[in-house]
Amino acid sequence: MTVTATPSLGLARFVLLRNVTAFRRAWILLLSGLVEPVFYLFSIGVGLGALIRTVTTDSGAVVPYAEFVAPALLAVSAMNGAVADSVYNFYFKLKHAKVYDAMLATPVSPRDVAVGEVSWSLLRGALYSSMFLAVAWVAGLVHSWWSLLAVPAATLVGLAFGAVGMYAATFMRTWQHVDYVNLVVQPLFLFSATFFPLSTYPDALQWLVRATPLYHGVALERALVLGEVSWGLLWHAGYLVVLGVVGVLGTSRRIGALLLT
Amino acid sequence: MASADALTATTPSGRLGRGPRRPTSATERIAAVMGHHLLVARRTWKGTVVGRFASPLFFLLAMGLGLGALVDERTGGIDGLPYLRFVVPGIVAMQAMTTAFGESTYAVMGYIKWNQMYSAMLATPLRSSELLLGHLAVVALQLTVSSAAFVLVAAPFGAFGSWWAVLAVPVAVLTGLAFAVPTFALSATVDTDNVFSILFRFVVTPLMLFSGTFFPIEQLPGWMQPLAWVTPLWHGVVLSREASEGVAPGWSTLAHLAVLLLYVGVGWVLARWRFRVRLLP
Amino acid sequence: MTDEVLLSARGLTKTFGDFVAVDGIDVEVRRGEAFGFLGPNGAGKSSTMRMVGCVSPVTSGELTILGLDPAVDGPRIRARLGVCPQKDILDEDLSVEENLWVYGRFFGLTRAEVRRRAEDLLEFAQLTERRGDRVEPLSGGMKRRLTIARSLMNDPEVLLLDEPTTGLDPQARHVLWDRLFRLKREGVTLIITTHYMDEAEQLCDRLVVMDHGRIVAEGSPRALIETHSTREVVELRFAVDEQERHLDALDGVGERVEVLPDRLLVYADDGDAALAELGGRGVHPLSSLVRRSTLEDVFLTLTGRTLVD
Repeated sequence: MTVTATPSLGLARFVLLRNVTAFRRAWILLLSGLVEPVFYLFSIGVGLGALIRTVTTDSGAVVPYAEFVAPALLAVSAMNGAVADSVYNFYFKLKHAKVYDAMLATPVSPRDVAVGEVSWSLLRGALYSSMFLAVAWVAGLVHSWWSLLAVPAATLVGLAFGAVGMYAATFMRTWQHVDYVNLVVQPLFLFSATFFPLSTYPDALQWLVRATPLYHGVALERALVLGEVSWGLLWHAGYLVVLGVVGVLGTSRRIGALLLT
Repeated sequence: MASADALTATTPSGRLGRGPRRPTSATERIAAVMGHHLLVARRTWKGTVVGRFASPLFFLLAMGLGLGALVDERTGGIDGLPYLRFVVPGIVAMQAMTTAFGESTYAVMGYIKWNQMYSAMLATPLRSSELLLGHLAVVALQLTVSSAAFVLVAAPFGAFGSWWAVLAVPVAVLTGLAFAVPTFALSATVDTDNVFSILFRFVVTPLMLFSGTFFPIEQLPGWMQPLAWVTPLWHGVVLSREASEGVAPGWSTLAHLAVLLLYVGVGWVLARWRFRVRLLP
Repeated sequence: MTDEVLLSARGLTKTFGDFVAVDGIDVEVRRGEAFGFLGPNGAGKSSTMRMVGCVSPVTSGELTILGLDPAVDGPRIRARLGVCPQKDILDEDLSVEENLWVYGRFFGLTRAEVRRRAEDLLEFAQLTERRGDRVEPLSGGMKRRLTIARSLMNDPEVLLLDEPTTGLDPQARHVLWDRLFRLKREGVTLIITTHYMDEAEQLCDRLVVMDHGRIVAEGSPRALIETHSTREVVELRFAVDEQERHLDALDGVGERVEVLPDRLLVYADDGDAALAELGGRGVHPLSSLVRRSTLEDVFLTLTGRTLVD
């Protein structure tokens, strides 16, 4: 087989393979990505949930508080994992470790890098969300069979945030810029109807929340895990898909501009 | 040519004179260390200020107001206290903890390992314990500024039941130091910053969530409550809450203070020892 | 140079666990002198420097600096020393002049003194134009000069320089050497470690050659060369694998022959004569070079190894 005959995108899997290899030695960090949402689930969901007991969802159902929070945390952890990977690690690899300079000296193209990195992010995200879902199921917080779709949905959330995060990382010049990411991620985490229903907000703010990406992830996960499935969910999924596509296209263009000069 | 001019025109003048020097006092030396850190802080405050002030505010809005509405509607508040007033004093202490960790992990390791500023400082009359004290004093100052600012911002939301809430600031500083001082010792001991990511994930986050910040620790399973008792954050949260509601101090108040002071004291002994061993091999 | 002894070490030893970094060395440095420790990496030079800088406790032996004992009077000694470490440890969050200011404050200098002193030293280090800049983008030579300027903030009597020009390009080295000469002329005692023989020859009045924590020779660069080497050296290069074959033919030419991986060195007082004799014996290297002996040759003679390997 000659190198030139290899379709460009096929090489993305080697980018992916590099990450899998690198992470085999850092499994404790991999594990730690799961613990955080579990801690939140048992603290806010169970601890505080014991005081709150039930909550009325935006679709009108009355559910135990922990069951309300669990799917939202699934979306949050998918976002956090993807952002950590795409922003922090990608920035480090791009600016400091010069991993990509070495890769682009081979037949690997910028698009391979973007696709490879995003796939890695997705793989990790899927792993986290399956584990989290299992924990929630054991804790008796998952009842509907639709919950099985929560893992692909979390992957979609990961795709959207991973791609956009990576795109943003290509514009960052110092670690300080990287720190600012927290300023976006933390409000998303706290205000995307994660811990309390959208109806808590005044009307105007509700529309603002509806415009932000994590809200769609939370709404999608919550509907699936609580079994409140309708065609309306496609709207949430579509929002996330568009975000992901924009991110991937933008990133490959930027990597090319940054490294192939 | 400029360099040729420089060759003839300049010599470092001997204005200071040679020979034995007036010995500096410890206070002077510590003040000089603080001067360094304050200058650095002045250069880098933009990077930290937003996170440091915005983050507790986000928590206040989301937890205090948003979640608070839900809690109050369902339970009538916690022990009769509106949730906002329950949670905000907790956030004050929690923010002190995260600030303390932020200032005593990567920053300290950097001064030891990466830019080795501590070594550079030790080539002067400074002692290792003075480096430590000067740096910690600046951390205490940063804790004071950030908690005072948050208390000021939170007050108009009706987050405090009493003017004694101003005491939440010294409580927060003490809580922060109870974390910062031992963490200085840790940072002077470990060789890689991977330890810090594990610390943040497996220590800081659970402390935040299970130390009575968001709900009384009585909600925790019985076996977990003693865990909360040994962590400084719970003591800080309880003290901060008592101050914010103007609860008259009792024996338990003294006990909480004692635990925090114990952390600072033991941490100081450890940190001084680790600094000496690490910097003066 | 005066006869006043600024630094005196007797049987000075430093161990880290089982490893002996400095193995009982005796050294005396007099005021106004430029004194060098020459040796390869790991010879114990930096450990010695750290003990002299009072930031590393002496394991055994005696050490006196400025007439004081570092174990008791560390801070008082450090107040009169300047230390320029091997790595430029500058605060990258601060500007060039701020680095000088804060450092001066550690010596108890007043704000006004610090500013005045920084002004002079910026000029001395040829950094006046970069005074307000951040440290990070400065070139290697500039960072090194800033580190030296910083170590001069307290107007020290003794300046410790650990590998002052390692990692600098040739031009930057010469600028730096010029600055150091200038200090020496002002009466600052210089204590230098280096593994570059040209640097030792350029800067040092007197030096010790260190290897494996011990001193193997001591004297002025000139005296060391005269004692331990011939006046000249002939360097011969052969095609790959041919070196061995010519070894026998070299027998009896010059005083001594050293075999290095890539060349042969023939030590002789008259290099040209030695080269001519080799031609007569039918030895025709790919290239040959006659040069004067250097400290590198001294080290090779004393230890059988090269300084930089």
